[in-house]
Amino acid sequence: MSTTTATPPAAPVTKAQPGKVTQLRVLNSEWIKLRTLRSTPITLLVAVVIMVGLGMLITWAHASHGGGPNGHSDPVNGAELSLALYFLAQLAIGVLGVLIVSGEYSTGMIRASLSAVPKRLPVLWAKALVYAAVVLVLMTAASLAAFYGGQAILSSYGEAVKISDPGAARVVFGTGLYLTVVGVLGVGLGALIRNGAGAIATLVGLLIIVPGLSHLLPSSWSPHIVPYLPSNAGGALLNVVPDSTLMSPWSGFALFVGYAVALLLIAGVLLKRRDA
Amino acid sequence: MIVASNLTKRYGDKTAVDDLSFTIKPGIVTGFLGPNGAGKSTTMRMIMGLDTPTSGSVTVNGRPYAEHAAPLHEVGALLEAKAIHTGRSARNHLLALAATTGIGARRVDEVIDLVGLHEVARKRAGGFSLGMGQRLGIASALLGDPATVLLDEPVNGLDPEGILWIRNLLKGLAAEGRTVFVSSHLMSEMALTAEHLIVVGRGKLIADTSVAEFTRSASRNIVRVRSPHADRLRGLLLGPDVTVDSPEPGTLEVTGLDSDRIGTLAAEHGVTLFELAPQQASLEEAFMELTRDAVEYHATTTVAGSVA
Repeated sequence: MSTTTATPPAAPVTKAQPGKVTQLRVLNSEWIKLRTLRSTPITLLVAVVIMVGLGMLITWAHASHGGGPNGHSDPVNGAELSLALYFLAQLAIGVLGVLIVSGEYSTGMIRASLSAVPKRLPVLWAKALVYAAVVLVLMTAASLAAFYGGQAILSSYGEAVKISDPGAARVVFGTGLYLTVVGVLGVGLGALIRNGAGAIATLVGLLIIVPGLSHLLPSSWSPHIVPYLPSNAGGALLNVVPDSTLMSPWSGFALFVGYAVALLLIAGVLLKRRDA
Repeated sequence: MIVASNLTKRYGDKTAVDDLSFTIKPGIVTGFLGPNGAGKSTTMRMIMGLDTPTSGSVTVNGRPYAEHAAPLHEVGALLEAKAIHTGRSARNHLLALAATTGIGARRVDEVIDLVGLHEVARKRAGGFSLGMGQRLGIASALLGDPATVLLDEPVNGLDPEGILWIRNLLKGLAAEGRTVFVSSHLMSEMALTAEHLIVVGRGKLIADTSVAEFTRSASRNIVRVRSPHADRLRGLLLGPDVTVDSPEPGTLEVTGLDSDRIGTLAAEHGVTLFELAPQQASLEEAFMELTRDAVEYHATTTVAGSVA
């Protein structure tokens, strides 16, 4: 604060600290909002339990039944195996991203938020940034825990990999990055569609159902479409040995980030133009 | 100071606000009056920059609301009772809003005490009654100690004690030199709280007048006279600017003469009077009269049994 002078009592209207709205203050506001809803820790806990707990369980099940007659013809890399549950965890992360925005529309909170920040865009940027930071930290930690937990199980079967093995570190940290982008996609879809159910359905369709349907495409089309679907592009980062039918790991991830940023920008334009 | 010029909002082919112009001055409470669906809430949302006008403009303290660097210090608004995330506590809700402009927890606790929500400040807002929601909305409106206060139907859901509290709060805010703009569909409430009135119907401006003026013009001074010589009396009373109706034999309703004059005339001509009663139309009646053509939703059907 600047120097305080005695306020003249004659002034008809006294103003409490005339503080400007800044992006940093809006970030702080969104951070308060995020941590003061019960759904936040619950959903994030679910994501961690899926990643670490369920991930280790699957790793154990896979390894312990791997060598016998029912064994897998297709050997799975230990790093990929221990992190395979990112596929389920992305639902929790994406859904919470949607709810951060759609929850404000369904409750009417958005009118309070946009009255406080009438320029509007800082609210969207802050929501995306705060959530991305939280997801990045938490899911990178969960990925490391799932990796080391998984390798501890695999070591008794002699199948453990080390983080220094080629591609392993990229997959471990890539999982945290991938989930962060999913979180931002959720925020973008929430802001774009504003209705929670609609945005969640779109998210699930985009990340899970559409790639699953891609085998229906004529085989001559597939190479031109399949690698560029959002979750396939982002998922390229998560293969220890790059998949030749997909984009290269980092360019695929860059495209995935591009989708999320584009979605957020479109949502921003609409947020600015639509009536709240 | 709020200035609206030719403010218009259309939703499809429905015009919610139609070419509305007005100026809301500081230092007094201005009532924004109109039947349901008259466009009051839409106008308030446009003032707050939540809805974009189809045409025209509205400024607060000299510029559009969204262009203020410190908006919460310019305008505090209660737009809908529950513009609150139901899962968050009242205090956290206020902390989050306060953070956008650097207001700290001390001011948050101050406004919580001011609106009397101390006991429930840490409870989830989803469980709040309508009245508690209104109080929380008022707390958020006052957070930034704003020069202009905008309240949409603040007395909705409040008990008599709460209504009295709002009335005094609004008058207090105006006395401090603030601009206070309050919407209501209850004329009687506005008559007690406001000094000036903006009356709208179907999105159009119907009246922009002081409450005193509105009351004066509203009370059409009718004097009801009952006399066994009604017909003779009618002849005596009639003149320019005087109309006499006879709703039933032996009863006259006189407009344009006061009861003193009628009594004197009757005495001078030896006319017996059984009753001489000035009738004042209530404010509510005057308001209904004024907005009759502008009411969006008329109750046109009567209960079937009563018709038969």
